[in-house]
Amino acid sequence: MSLPVLACPSLLRLDDGRPSLIGSRCADCGEVYFPSNASCTRCLGTRLEPHDLGSSGVLWSWTIQGFLPKPPYNGGETADSFRPYGVGYVEMACGIKVESRLTSADPALLRIGMPMSLTIVSYRLCENGERVSTFAFEPSVECVKESEHV
Amino acid sequence: MSEDVAIIGIGMHPFGRHDDLSGRAQGAHALRAALQDAGVSWAEVDVAYGGSHDAGNADALCNDLGLTGLPFINVANGCATGGSAIASAVAAIRAGMAEVAVAVGFDKHPRGAFNPHPRDWGLPDWYGETGLMLTTQFFALKTRRYLHDHGISEDALVRVAERAYRNGALNPNAWRRRAMSSTEIAESAPVNLPLRQYMFCNPAEGGAALVLCRATAAKRWCEKPVLVKAAVVRTRHHGSFEVFSPALAAQQASAPTVTASRAAFEQAGVGPHDIDVIQIQDTDSGSEIIHLAENGFCEHGAQERLLRDGDTEISGRLPVNTDGGCLANGEPIGASGLRQVIEVCTQLRGEAGPRQVPGHPRLGYTHVYGAPGVSGVTILQR
Repeated sequence: MSLPVLACPSLLRLDDGRPSLIGSRCADCGEVYFPSNASCTRCLGTRLEPHDLGSSGVLWSWTIQGFLPKPPYNGGETADSFRPYGVGYVEMACGIKVESRLTSADPALLRIGMPMSLTIVSYRLCENGERVSTFAFEPSVECVKESEHV
Repeated sequence: MSEDVAIIGIGMHPFGRHDDLSGRAQGAHALRAALQDAGVSWAEVDVAYGGSHDAGNADALCNDLGLTGLPFINVANGCATGGSAIASAVAAIRAGMAEVAVAVGFDKHPRGAFNPHPRDWGLPDWYGETGLMLTTQFFALKTRRYLHDHGISEDALVRVAERAYRNGALNPNAWRRRAMSSTEIAESAPVNLPLRQYMFCNPAEGGAALVLCRATAAKRWCEKPVLVKAAVVRTRHHGSFEVFSPALAAQQASAPTVTASRAAFEQAGVGPHDIDVIQIQDTDSGSEIIHLAENGFCEHGAQERLLRDGDTEISGRLPVNTDGGCLANGEPIGASGLRQVIEVCTQLRGEAGPRQVPGHPRLGYTHVYGAPGVSGVTILQR
């Protein structure tokens, strides 16, 4: 797997075909930022280093985007073709909560505390036929199996 | 505290949609009404602070009112613009810069949700392009987590909206003046679950203005001056959960509302239990619930019981958003915070008619909140 055309190429890297999120970490106080920041708003330091946030976490809060956003959103849908999409904060292992699209827009499948995995989704079809992707979180496989079982 | 400041004039242009009127015309209408209420001429005003987000520079009001050469400062602080304008006017009088000051705001927004541009807020383009930079999402995400953490049911969201429209129906200046049933609210279109259409305020139009002066001079102009006991603005801290946050810090910090509120109570020398009438930012039902606790009026999680027991009704122990709040009035950004102050002044003067809080309220409180994490609080006294 290689990375597709991304709206946010600097946020992701591939490691053995698995995507992970890249932020930054303050060299002075250890606070983590996403996306990466040039200064630390906690300790006011300015020495920040790239930091890998990993690719899994738990759902901290969620909503369903129920209407077509105005520009600068550029998904390209019309009011008729628009389908609601999930949005949430996912708490990563280091404690930072990352805002992200979710692969599910079904309120029955989403609950606070469920394990989530990072993935890449196509969200935009350009006029020239090119697809543009972004990062998203999906319910982890174990979690999906569990809900199927129920 | 230095010099006390009084509000001696209030004026509004009704909120809503006014297709034939510019935002500036609505601001001029409000300002003339406030000057007339105070009996002050525009030429007597020493300094003005004004804001508008989508209807041009507030300073353009001078083209309507007169080019007197006064310092007119344009204020741009998101939804907290009105709160910032009054805090600046109060500071100018306290500092001895002015005897008479004006705080004014107006707006005229396009229909539909706001569509901010990431770069204006120091954020990368992808955040807007991929559909994550919507104020409605933030309010929904904060509300969902808050209900979860504090054991509040979604029924509380319905009750907030129900009361807002019920109060709005009693307010001739309100936009939404029809009471709605709980079913109509609970079954309205899902905008950003758990928040639905009638649990959100809409960007709107309108104007609001205040005339202020040194308290010692107030009686010269006004029989019922309202004293500004505190006017405070605070911005977000590292770790507070604010609108337009691509990520939240591991350790959460208090919202700017908490620090603004504490500073205001300290400045005024009173506590939440002393307040007789309350206006708090209800961009949506969830925000009102959260802000009620963040401003110190109840414990986190106690809101649902207060709502069920009728404590936040006009006749209740903690009358909240007696004019229908943002939900019934809509939100013209430049004017919204000043509308709250005007409603409290109206209540303290005993002039609120069918929505008058009983028992001659003496102390009132206003709280406005806006992107990217700005809170403005005032404490007002009859």
